[in-house]
Amino acid sequence: MSHHLLEFKDVRFQYPDGTEALKGVSFLITHGESVGIVGANGAGKSTLLLHMNGHLLPTSGAVTVGEVPLRKETRPEIRRKVGVVFQNPDDQLFMPTVFDDVAFGPLNLGLPPDRVRERVHEALRQVGALALVDKPPHHLSGGEKSAVAIATVIAMEPDILVMDEPAASLDPKSRRSVIGLLNSFAHSKIVASHDLDLILDVCARCLVIRDGAIVADGPAPEILSDATLLAENNLELPLTLQGRPAWEGTRR
Amino acid sequence: MSFETAYSGIGRLDRLSYGDTVVHRLDPRAKVAATILFAVAVVSFPRYEVLSLLPFFLFPILIGALGDIPAGFIAKKVVAVSPFAVFVGIFNPLFDPSTVAIAPGVSVSAGWVSFASILVKFALTVSAALLLIATTSFPGICRGLRRLGLPALFVSQLLFLYRYLFVLMEEAMRVIRARDMRSFGKRGTGVRVFVRIVGTLFLRTVERAERIYGAMLARGFRGDVPSMRRETLRPSDAAFVLAAGCFFALCRFVPVPQMIGRLVRGLAG
Repeated sequence: MSHHLLEFKDVRFQYPDGTEALKGVSFLITHGESVGIVGANGAGKSTLLLHMNGHLLPTSGAVTVGEVPLRKETRPEIRRKVGVVFQNPDDQLFMPTVFDDVAFGPLNLGLPPDRVRERVHEALRQVGALALVDKPPHHLSGGEKSAVAIATVIAMEPDILVMDEPAASLDPKSRRSVIGLLNSFAHSKIVASHDLDLILDVCARCLVIRDGAIVADGPAPEILSDATLLAENNLELPLTLQGRPAWEGTRR
Repeated sequence: MSFETAYSGIGRLDRLSYGDTVVHRLDPRAKVAATILFAVAVVSFPRYEVLSLLPFFLFPILIGALGDIPAGFIAKKVVAVSPFAVFVGIFNPLFDPSTVAIAPGVSVSAGWVSFASILVKFALTVSAALLLIATTSFPGICRGLRRLGLPALFVSQLLFLYRYLFVLMEEAMRVIRARDMRSFGKRGTGVRVFVRIVGTLFLRTVERAERIYGAMLARGFRGDVPSMRRETLRPSDAAFVLAAGCFFALCRFVPVPQMIGRLVRGLAG
């Protein structure tokens, strides 16, 4: 299924103020893969994600989704294939009710009303938020907002799902249910996060980005257990791998 | 009134609008139309009319009761904005000193009568408008206005206003809390600090707007906010507007209180 490929070839990007945020990024993500992207603050994770659906266009190099090269005029097609869930659900949910918000994408794809209604219900069912369909977003809890934000993107049935910190500022239970949700998707998944335990639970592969370049790319369990590599990137071992006896920290 | 109580007042009004009663279930267009008719009927009375306005209170009382809206809450809101009406009418008694008889043996200056008339009209129209908002979800009102012919651009602006009002107010509340926590006594709460806070909030809003626009583009936005609600007016909606209209016309053109008075006197005599 070659149309689910995502390829970056020597992608460079410079912000208008001169900051070079990406300095030659190359990787290939194939169908059904789940890939974590980790790195320090300011390493270039968000810039990288914004290239995946053409919100930013590379200064040089090439991004290819399926067989479609990313250019200004292919952006609508790319956005149909790649769904991005942004970090702050308040930015993602801009319509007055949950229904309208989830329907926004499918309606823009030009689907007929019954199909839209089906897709909205299916997407909300998948994220376990069907009961919220008529609520306004500002009456939802943080966990509910995250679930609905994911639904707004999967309602467009993208080939590749891209997420920026999907579980940031969620309570542990909501975080756990987001992890369960991500694992239930058969899509290709790309998740950027500082929550390394989440990456370990969701992703088979992991990229480490530093100063706008990929410094490591391999199986997630291998990369996320390399304490030296993680420390070099302002990261640390996932809590589940730290092997600290549960009570040691509080014992005197 | 502090910022936080103002915020919770709006929040409460919004929460009430998601109730589920006979009034809430009426089509938004029907309620908007009835409220406009009501306001026109009330305002069209001549300036010395007080008694004939009283039957109109039946409308807000009925809507409030059927819509399960706490009367005290609406009354408080009306009082909170009443200074506007008081200022409009407060000089009438001075400028209009001719006397009129309001009851056998009692006469006051005509200015007091017109002042009372202004207050009654104000209480009627404002409580009706508040009840419209309290019994109709804001998106519903917007859809109603759209179907009544307001341009799509204005309606999407209103919808975004509604969606982000709460986000912005919460943000402002957090900033103000942070300021109050570190300003002791008067220091720190002056105009200069306030101006900077407003500036910060504005910049944050611009940044947020950019992120929202990005999220809209990511989901295929091409300049038109789509909607697929296609409500049809039901017979009950039409009946509501018709009944309300007839009631307003009756109260407007027939002096109901005087008739009741005559009836009572007739029975007594």
